[in-house]
Amino acid sequence: MILYILWLRQIKRYLRSKSRMIGSLGQPILFLVALGFGFGPIFEKAGGGNYIQFLAPGIIAMTILFTAIFAGIEVIWDKQFGFLKETLVAPVSRTKIMIGRTLGGATVATIQGVIVFIFTLFIGFRPTSILMSFFALVVMFLIALLFTALGTAIASRLEDMQGFQLIMNFLVMPIFFLSGALFPVDSLPSSFEIIIRIDPLSYGVDALRGVLSNAAHFGLGLDLIVLLSVVVVITIIGAWQFSKIEI
Amino acid sequence: MSENSTTIIEVKNLVRNFKKIEAVRNISFTVNKGESFAFLGPNGAGKTTTIRMLTTLLEPTSGFVSLNGFDVHKNPSDTRRSFGIVFQDPSLDTELTAYENMYIHAVLYGLEKNVYKKRIEELMTMVELWSRKDDLVKNFSGGMKRRLEIARGLLHHPKVLFLDEPTLGLDPQTRNLMWNYIKDLREKEGLTVFFTTHYMEEADKNADRIAIIDHGVIVAQGKSEELKTQTNTKTLEEAFLALTGTDIRESSGSVGVQMMKMWHGRK
Repeated sequence: MILYILWLRQIKRYLRSKSRMIGSLGQPILFLVALGFGFGPIFEKAGGGNYIQFLAPGIIAMTILFTAIFAGIEVIWDKQFGFLKETLVAPVSRTKIMIGRTLGGATVATIQGVIVFIFTLFIGFRPTSILMSFFALVVMFLIALLFTALGTAIASRLEDMQGFQLIMNFLVMPIFFLSGALFPVDSLPSSFEIIIRIDPLSYGVDALRGVLSNAAHFGLGLDLIVLLSVVVVITIIGAWQFSKIEI
Repeated sequence: MSENSTTIIEVKNLVRNFKKIEAVRNISFTVNKGESFAFLGPNGAGKTTTIRMLTTLLEPTSGFVSLNGFDVHKNPSDTRRSFGIVFQDPSLDTELTAYENMYIHAVLYGLEKNVYKKRIEELMTMVELWSRKDDLVKNFSGGMKRRLEIARGLLHHPKVLFLDEPTLGLDPQTRNLMWNYIKDLREKEGLTVFFTTHYMEEADKNADRIAIIDHGVIVAQGKSEELKTQTNTKTLEEAFLALTGTDIRESSGSVGVQMMKMWHGRK
């Protein structure tokens, strides 16, 4: 019940901020259209096949990454605008509060991912099977959980939004650009591939490609194992950081 | 622990240091059941730090606090069920409606549906917000938000209500109204009220007993009359100034806390 109410709060806030909802869809749609159609011909000439088919799972993952990190970072707002105090003096364990919030944020991020997924269908993306598309929901939710928990862990340590730019430029952007969302990982220099293999989003992107386009590079099994383990570890770290918040 | 069954808050040798700052230095006091207790002091004197320790938000460096018979440090859950709080800064979710804020509180405190439905209506009617229950809180005025916070703080029938500068920035009408609710509740429910304020006449009028804290030390406590007699002054304001001096404090309350937090956060 407590998890539900904290989850519901995130969902209600999301549904009420239409501008934020629409605003955060602008970027992925721009990426899809500009990169998809812009690089499409070259990609095909180079023998990579249909670029939209390749790019769509990457952009879905990007949408989830950004929305999820934002949802986690919202803890700072709650610290500054007070609602966090209300939850922290309630007779509820901090871990429950953190998990409820994270589930809510992850659900919101997944919904955004689904909206972008639907959009990709309109510009020519064709998932290999409808059944697997439902499985993609699970993958999306895992990615969402991972980054909501990461956002929460970071936000628990910060006092205000001043560090936000730092987080965007030195954490979120690298996670996105080094995940193989935009380019194939097959024939990269090995030192560069190591970096990509360290990035947890790479496995999310790869898993989505696996279930939607049947084109996993690392293999769906490995992707899921890595995603699940990182989700567990980051959630534990997030819950621990959250439990140390003092206001 | 309950050497005296009328005691509801007991504070013994409470200390809190932030790095090198001694915010609260070895304070002791008790608050009796049903009492209205004012905790006064200049900005940065340690009022909010003390309230944070009494309400499980901050761990003391040393010392003992019990509330409603529970050791605050060892048993935070039962302690939290025993008190309600209106913070110095608003703590509502402004993107939600007034009713939703109440509803979340009810669920967080584990109230049954048939219980909270009735209580939410009663309390929101009391603070004259029932007709606005489905409005988003962001459209409320400062006074309405405060009233909603008071209603919310009372929803789980706490034994103690903490009010940290509850009337800051409110007009005299709202202040008056607020203290009237609280008076009613004390008479009806035997609620204990622990509050801080900078308005001395408010403390004079609404507190049974007063403690004055300065530089983290309690410099005087007793009934308003006793403080006036002790300092040989006519008003509580004069007594307050006689006890705490007329120097302006270098840090305002919230700035002080912010700085402490920054130092604390940086390690």
